[in-house]
Amino acid sequence: MTVIDLTRDGGPTGSERISLEANLSPKRRAADVAATIAMFLSFAVAAIPLALIIGYVFSKGGQVVDLKFLTEEIPNSYRRVGPGMGPAVVGTVIITAAASVMAIPLGILGAIYLNEYGKQNRLARTIRFMTDVMTGVPSVVMGVFIYVVWVLRFKAQTGFAGALALACLMLPIVIRATEEMLKLVPDELRLASLALGARRWRTTLTVVLPAALPGITSGAMLAVARAAGETAPIVLVTGLTFQTNWNLFEGNNTTLAAQIFRNASQPYEGAQLRAYGAAFTLILLVFACTIAARLISNRFATKR
Amino acid sequence: MTATSLPAPDAPEDLASSDNGATVDEAFRRTALGAGLAILAILGLIAWASISKAWPAFSDQGLDFLTLDRWAPSQNVFGALSMVYGTFVVSTIALIASVPVSVGIALFTMEVAHRRLRSSIVFIIDLLAAVPSVVYGLWGVLFVAPSVAPWYNSISDTVDGWPVLGSLFGGGGGSGRGFLTAGIILALMITPIITSVTREVFATVPQGEKDAALALGATRWEMIRGAVLPHSFGGMVGATMLGLGRAMGETIAVALTIGSSYQITSSLFASGAAMPSTIALEWGESSGLHRSALIGLGVVLFIATIAVNSAARLIVTRTERRMRGA
Repeated sequence: MTVIDLTRDGGPTGSERISLEANLSPKRRAADVAATIAMFLSFAVAAIPLALIIGYVFSKGGQVVDLKFLTEEIPNSYRRVGPGMGPAVVGTVIITAAASVMAIPLGILGAIYLNEYGKQNRLARTIRFMTDVMTGVPSVVMGVFIYVVWVLRFKAQTGFAGALALACLMLPIVIRATEEMLKLVPDELRLASLALGARRWRTTLTVVLPAALPGITSGAMLAVARAAGETAPIVLVTGLTFQTNWNLFEGNNTTLAAQIFRNASQPYEGAQLRAYGAAFTLILLVFACTIAARLISNRFATKR
Repeated sequence: MTATSLPAPDAPEDLASSDNGATVDEAFRRTALGAGLAILAILGLIAWASISKAWPAFSDQGLDFLTLDRWAPSQNVFGALSMVYGTFVVSTIALIASVPVSVGIALFTMEVAHRRLRSSIVFIIDLLAAVPSVVYGLWGVLFVAPSVAPWYNSISDTVDGWPVLGSLFGGGGGSGRGFLTAGIILALMITPIITSVTREVFATVPQGEKDAALALGATRWEMIRGAVLPHSFGGMVGATMLGLGRAMGETIAVALTIGSSYQITSSLFASGAAMPSTIALEWGESSGLHRSALIGLGVVLFIATIAVNSAARLIVTRTERRMRGA
């Protein structure tokens, strides 16, 4: 860019610039072009499968999803062709909602501790590190954990057990996202509030949190999107049902993700079509959360 | 806080309530601290509870649990070596396929793409991360496996009997479900995390060094090789290990595409089993010592991923700190 400015200011003229470039040995020029092409291709290599997956699931699943599909009970035979993912839709919504109700407030409080109280002391650094480590704990391990401490104790696989497992998976994501947002709140706001005589808790709840709210919302929605698509813990701790179960604390439950897993490996067309339908519904749900999160954080970024 | 310690006999009415405020303040601080400690409590509880429930299997099998290549639930023999092997092979394939692509995408985003294009690229990679793993599995088992099976078979027929390629790709192409398919699907799934961490590391390269390289007449590629990559090497290693942690723990997509059979074979087209996929596939029909052994697999996985992730975080943090110092 500076080269162009120089030309305008009467520096090297256009022809001189071209001659400079012509001095590049063919080998160096070829390496540069090849590298640029390779970088673009690597993006294509990732983007094309994404398009394939979305296109495939939408074309197969789009044709079976309608109101009837979303509300009717699941047929209890894989072979039967026809709709029904109602129980899984209900299960996904209530289990993910229960997990969010547990994980989001706890995660925000944890982040408040890290950023407003602990800051750089040893405990806060340990918690921060462990939060990062916990983000990497595989979801199936979280399922095993909830099975051991909850399902074995109460002798029942319930929707709530699934919600607990999802909450454990969401917690570290919410904490880290919230802390990043709290860090962006200028210290002057805190000082101004404290100088006006507000207590720390009041400053945090009425000044710092509202300032960071868009970012926190966006982080929380990403966590919700991730939790809604989790399969392994659900398969381990919530059991299976073919009827809608609105009760989180009693009886087995099921989710869209768990139903996709169960139906995907079946050789029967009815089951496979239901898997596609469930995948279509789940992708729409998850993408809606992801895109909403991005819109919110974009709006926030322009204000910053 | 100092307000309460002030001897203020004629303080205004509303300031007199400040004692109450201090209590609320302290309560709030403790609640927040409790929420932070929840993380440590959960991690501790995972380790303690899972190990105690896996203990029957560990004590029954001893070291065989990790070194024996025979998993026979009906005879109470639980040697998980073939699953450890499966996890290792699948993760290795995923890393080999994913790391160059991820670094390429990160470079394309940071150094080549126009600023306006940049956020769209990031968004597309975010969407790749948002697709639930079970959907990757569904796509892998119903679309990828059947479409690659003929390819696998013809490659296998061609290289059968060749020195190295023969043992990797010979011996039949199978159904399309196997180590290679699972590894490729995994590669797609870990690309977003490796890309985003690598991108953050690239962002810490000082602009001055990049400008200096360009001013010396370097082409863009030479600038990347001379200024960006050497600076970011540590961070890229960390990003790769984060991807490895993700790949090791991925359950459902692998469960659907690896084909599930307990064997240790050099053929990449063959079907196998990984630790997390075995837990998910056998959980429903397990009881007693079998279930204890599955919990044991979870413990092994937990310890392995904690180790890999801790090392990765340490490397990334250290690199970023050094970069900022520079």
